[in-house]
Formats: sequence, structure tokens, C-alpha cells
Amino acid sequence: MGLASKHLLGISELTSAEIVHVLDTAETFRAISQREIKKVPTLRGRTVINLFFEASTRTRTSFELAGKRLSADTINISASTSSVTKGETLLDTARNLEAMSPDFIVIRHPSAGAPHALARICRAAVINAGDGAHEHPTQALLDAMTIRQHKGRVENLRVAIIGDILHSRVARSNMHLLTKLGAQVSLAGPGTLVPAEFEELVAGGNLRVASRIEEAIEGADVVMVLRIQRERQDAAFFPSLREYAVHYGLNLKRLSGAQPDAIVMHPGPMNRGIEIASDVADGSRSLILDQVSNGLAVRMAVLYLLAGGSVLNQNMLSQTKPETANTTADPRAGATPAVTSSNSAAEQLEPVAAGGQAGAEQKRRVKTADSN
Amino acid sequence: MKLLIANGYLIDPTQGLNGGKNLLIEDGRVAALVAHNDGVPEGAEVFDATGLVVAPGFIDMHTHLREPGQEYKETIETGAQAAVAGGWTSVCAMPNTDPVNDNPAVTRFIIEQAERARAANVFPVGAITKNSEGVELAEMGEMRRAGVVAVSDDGRPVPSAGVMRRALEYARGFDLPVVDHCEDRSLTAGGVMHEGNWSLRLGLRGHPALAEEMDALRDIALAELTGARVHLAHVSTRGALAAVRRAKERGLNVTCEVTPHHFTLEDEAVRDYDTNTKMCPPLRSREHLEAIIEALADGTIDAIATDHAPHHADEKALEYDQAPFGITGLETAVGLAFERLVHRGVVGLERLVELCSVNPAKIFSLANRGTLRPGAHADVTILDPEHVWTFKASASKSKSRNTPFDNRTMRGAPVATIVSGRLVYRRDETAVAAASRP
Repeated sequence: MGLASKHLLGISELTSAEIVHVLDTAETFRAISQREIKKVPTLRGRTVINLFFEASTRTRTSFELAGKRLSADTINISASTSSVTKGETLLDTARNLEAMSPDFIVIRHPSAGAPHALARICRAAVINAGDGAHEHPTQALLDAMTIRQHKGRVENLRVAIIGDILHSRVARSNMHLLTKLGAQVSLAGPGTLVPAEFEELVAGGNLRVASRIEEAIEGADVVMVLRIQRERQDAAFFPSLREYAVHYGLNLKRLSGAQPDAIVMHPGPMNRGIEIASDVADGSRSLILDQVSNGLAVRMAVLYLLAGGSVLNQNMLSQTKPETANTTADPRAGATPAVTSSNSAAEQLEPVAAGGQAGAEQKRRVKTADSN
Repeated sequence: MKLLIANGYLIDPTQGLNGGKNLLIEDGRVAALVAHNDGVPEGAEVFDATGLVVAPGFIDMHTHLREPGQEYKETIETGAQAAVAGGWTSVCAMPNTDPVNDNPAVTRFIIEQAERARAANVFPVGAITKNSEGVELAEMGEMRRAGVVAVSDDGRPVPSAGVMRRALEYARGFDLPVVDHCEDRSLTAGGVMHEGNWSLRLGLRGHPALAEEMDALRDIALAELTGARVHLAHVSTRGALAAVRRAKERGLNVTCEVTPHHFTLEDEAVRDYDTNTKMCPPLRSREHLEAIIEALADGTIDAIATDHAPHHADEKALEYDQAPFGITGLETAVGLAFERLVHRGVVGLERLVELCSVNPAKIFSLANRGTLRPGAHADVTILDPEHVWTFKASASKSKSRNTPFDNRTMRGAPVATIVSGRLVYRRDETAVAAASRP
């Protein structure tokens, strides 16, 4: 089973079943990153273009590594070194890249909707790596993966999202994802950055805007802190960073209102001492680096599933050759019984160094030839 | 030269006419209204309007023709052609050209170009302030003499209440209506769509409805203070409409118009980031659309105007927040008015004619237009309320194609347009179909 859409433009278009499927798949890929040999041939021969119009450390590196560990050819283009500086429009850039037949275009752009514009004209699968203040779907997926690892579930958890909600694509993707999986989400921050209308963003009443940050944190199982996005604020939304830190920053005292085993997350990059105190960021409840590790697994899963990947299970992680000879199952057929599908997927996930994969590789290519 | 528009159904609220009549035109003027069985006068050509509605020519109070300066988007000629193809016999050209129409030389240029185009009548609207910068008053008296019918800093609304007050006081001396695009820019800075659920969802900055309402309230207060004629352009919010309603109840000289896109589409239309849903004021949420429908029904709204705003395809093929505001509208307005208003019982045909012809002529003091009284200019819009047709942007007479209504099928269409007694447009379905074939 892949995903219903050819592209990943946002969480709002995904069903809860699809979200769970991506998370389950990502768990499998996480195991691969813990092996000595971290590369599998799954996307050999495929090309991933990372098209970044905004600065990024985590997301770009993570997509690049995800592609490389799946054996895809990955290319990074950033706005500052591209023809955009010569006045080329986004759509012209995309058409030119498209002419080189990439399989995936991963795009980050300061304008909301830029990935949607690309998806309309590209044959390649378009993955949104953050568009303006709209969505950042893989961030929400890696956040959910992190929550599941530490809490065992997302359903019925109380999640506080605090800070600059208005300008945050991370917050929007998380609002959609967490409520789809049944969490109770509270938003809090300065009134200028947390419009009450956010409550109407999702149906079902699982999203509310708290009047004070302490109220949102009270009893929370998860506290997500957002970065103050100074680059997206063309006017003063609060008087000073000092005042922000005092009244809205997450410190140990504020965190004490949460559940004793509450976890703390931040999508990065952090403004230490502003939205999050260092003793919280570096404390035992902080999962900020786990988030980064999970980001890689989630992005591998997204690339794999958009390429038409199948259901994975633990058998696939075996480094030995499968015993049964039945390797013809279509990796995209979600309904295929586990035994047969695991065989074909296992071949895809065989480490490159394991050798003896030529035949299976050949089959994979034949099977996926029609997938674009 | 005589032209008889025979066997049509005449609607002219200025004469209380709503029934079968023949319309005789002679030398560019209405000569007589006679019974269907009265016969054809000697030497008259005949236009058979059997089954069609014959109305005083429609007047678009709010059109951007882009010439001078942005001829790659539209010229006066192409805009005037698009106008008559949409049933408009007259258009009022907004002054935000390059250079701005803030002096009589530009005004005269526009009028001369329009005469050469020989399609719709073009009535220029002059700027309120020099270069529409909102600081010094433009030469309203000189522009009035050259032919402007109103003044407006459309698109760059006068921010200072003090300057606006002076403009209203000064314009009153020339009996010029002052048209304002109501938008408090301190509330809309950076906004690209209506502020609400959809802007939050899409991560796009919003224009709060309040920004329009506050400016409308200011203008109405200034209209009361100065006694000037104030016309609010493309009103799109419940609050501004309520303010106009109250102003009218108090007898102030305040009028307003709405656009077809604001009574047809909601902000949800932006969901796929199609830049052809981006205009200013933006598509609003349902409560505002409903308020517009109510205000059309109860008479608060005086006119339907297109806010035809052509832009080149390259300009619209940008990221949503980078693309310019505006959509074309001349050729879809009447069809949309039939679809959303007439056929859904919001307004009758008489009221439609008031909204598109009678009232615009009154508000801009266009003598002998907006009526089919004998002696009036023979500007006639002929409509087929039942004609089902599909708008094809590729076949548009406009130079630009920026419309969210491409491929929309509508019931009700303008089928012929007569300007000064001359048939300047006739819908020819076979030609349209051929042009739109791939």
C-alpha cells in the first residue's frame, strides 16, 4: 500500500490510516539507520531533487540522507545558488528540473502553496518540506513518531503547542495530525500570534486556544515549543524578546504544571533563552534530538511510500535471504498476504552490501517501471 | 440611418416599461417605442429580438483598461471589445494607469483612444490625488472639463482622513462623485486573501473584513460632514454594507457597487492556491457573501460593477503571495448575475437593469444614458435569459486570461450590444465554438 496521493503536500489531505501507515513504515526504516550498513537499494535509479528556497539544516540534510540511504541519486539546489537569483520564476525553475526527469522534488519555499503550484505541472512526486506558514508535513510526522515512541500512542494525549502559532507551518501540520489521531491539542502564546479562530481549523472540538500559556501546559503529556520566527514577522507582534522570554518562554517552573512524565519537543532551530530555557532544552524530558533521528526515518518512509512502497513488517529487516522463492508480489499491493509481500519488500530492504540481489533488483525495476 | 429592434421584450425602469415593444433608433438616438405590430418604418434595418430582453445599455462603473502604460495587459481597444462582448455599452476607466490619470492630458488621451476603438463608450475616472499618492489634490476641475465622470484613487485608497475631507469638499464644487476603494491598509498589510478560517488554514496573510468597514465608516462620516457624493467601490463585507444601509436611511449621498465574483465565490475558492482567485478586496467568507445577496435584494446596493483587472499570464504564474491582485470580469459579469441573482430569485429583470444601467448612469451623471427614452443615446444591451453557454477564457476579447470562471457554464447571456445605434457585438455561437476548439 502506498498513499492515495502521488504527492505529499500537507497533513490535511491525509487520512488517519495513511498517517499511521507512514509512522509504522518509518519505524521499520529507523531500524535500518541503526545497522552498521545503513543503505538499502530500494530507490536505486531514482532521482530526488531537494529544492530549497529557504535556509534549512535539519530538513535538507535529513531528506538528502533519506534519499541516499535508499540508494536514490540526490541533488540539492538552494535558492542562493540557483537561477532564481537571475530572476527565473519558480515555475520555470520547476519546468527545467522536470525536463531532467526527476522522480521526486522536495521543495521548501517561503510562499504558502508553492508545492501545490509545482504539483500541478510536474510529473515527479512533489514533497512539501515547508511552504510559508502553511504546512510542514514531514515535521508533524516525525513529531508524532517521537510521541508514539515515548508515550506508546497519540490518542487521548494532551498536547500543548506554545509560541508563534500564527506564522508556524509546524503548528498547522501538527494540529491536523494530532487531532486526526485523537489527541487533545491546546494552543497558547501572545494574543497577537494565536488568533482564537484557530479553534475552527479542525472539526471535532479537539483543538482549543488557551488564554494563558500555563493553562495550555496544565496536565499536558507533551509540550511542543515553537520557534519565534523573526524572519516572517514584518511588524512587532510582541514588545521585546526579553518580555517574550519572561512571559511566554518554557522554563522549568512552567513545565512543572505538566504531567510528571511530560515530554518536551521543539522543531528547531532553537532560540535558547527566548522560547525555551536551556535547562529545559537540554533536560531529561527533552526529545529534541530524538526528533531529528526520527526525521530521517520518516523521510525515508515518505520517499518509499510515494514510490509505491508496500506494507512492511519485521521480516523485512532480516539480512538473510528469504526462504520462499515466491518473490513476484507487487510491492504496491497492500492487500497481498504478509508472507508474499514481505518477501519482495525484504529484497528491497536488503542491505546493498549483502550481495546476491541482482535478480531481485531486476524484478523490482520491472515491477516499478509503471509507477510514475 | 434607422434600426428597428423588433419583437423584443423591453425593460426600462426609467419609463416603467416592462413588456413587448419595438425600439426604433435613428442617428444614434432612441427615436420611438412602438407596438410590435406597428410595422417596419421605411428604410430601417431590422434586428429581430424575438424571445430576447431589450434593455438600456449596461454601464460598468469600475474597469481597468491598463492603457496608457500597461498595454501588454490590456489596451483601451481590447478592453472596449471585451466590454461589448460582455453586454456593456459603456465602461468607466479607473485612473491607475502609467502615468496615472491625474491630469487632463491623460484624460483626453483615453477618450481619443476610445473613439478610435469604436466599441464601448469609455468614461475616464480621474485620480483624487496627484499620482494617487494621497497627498496633494489632482486637477479635478481640469479633468472634469476634459471628460472625467468621477474621481478615485482606486487601489491606493487615500489614507489620510484630512486629505479625503478636502477631496470631498473640493470635488463637490465640480459635482464629481468620489469613488473610494475602502481599505485601511494598516490592517491589511501583507494580506493576500480574506482573513478567516481559510487564511489560517492555508497559511496566507489575511485582509480582515474590518479593514473595509472602518474605511467605509470614515467615508460615510466625511460624506455627512461635507455633503459630497461618495460612491463605495466593490463593497464586499457585511459591516460596510450595514454602514451604507444606515447612511441611506439617514438620507446621505452615499452609493455603492458590488462585483460578480464577490456574490458568486467564497474564500474557500483559494484552497488550491490558484492565483486567479486573488483580488482586492478578496473573496470573502459565506456570511459576507450572504450579506451581499441580502443587500442586492433589499436595495442597499446600487450597482453591479466588474472591477475588470487584466494581468498577463506571466504575472499570475507566480507564488500566491507574489502574484498581483485582480481578475478579468467584463465577459462573465452578466452571465454570473443571471446565474446567481436572477435565476435564483434574488433580483428580477427590472432590478438587474437598474443595477447594471439605470443606477450607474445616475451615480456618474451620464446624461441620456441608462434609459431608452426618446432622445437618449441609443446604447442597448440585448439579453437572452435562457441561453446556456460556457465561458472560454481562450476565446476572450480581453488581452488577459486571468479569470476563475474559465469553462464555467452559465444560463443567461448578453447576446447583442448596440452602442450609439451601431451593432458592435453579436453573439455567434458557431464562431465562439470554433474559436474554443483545441
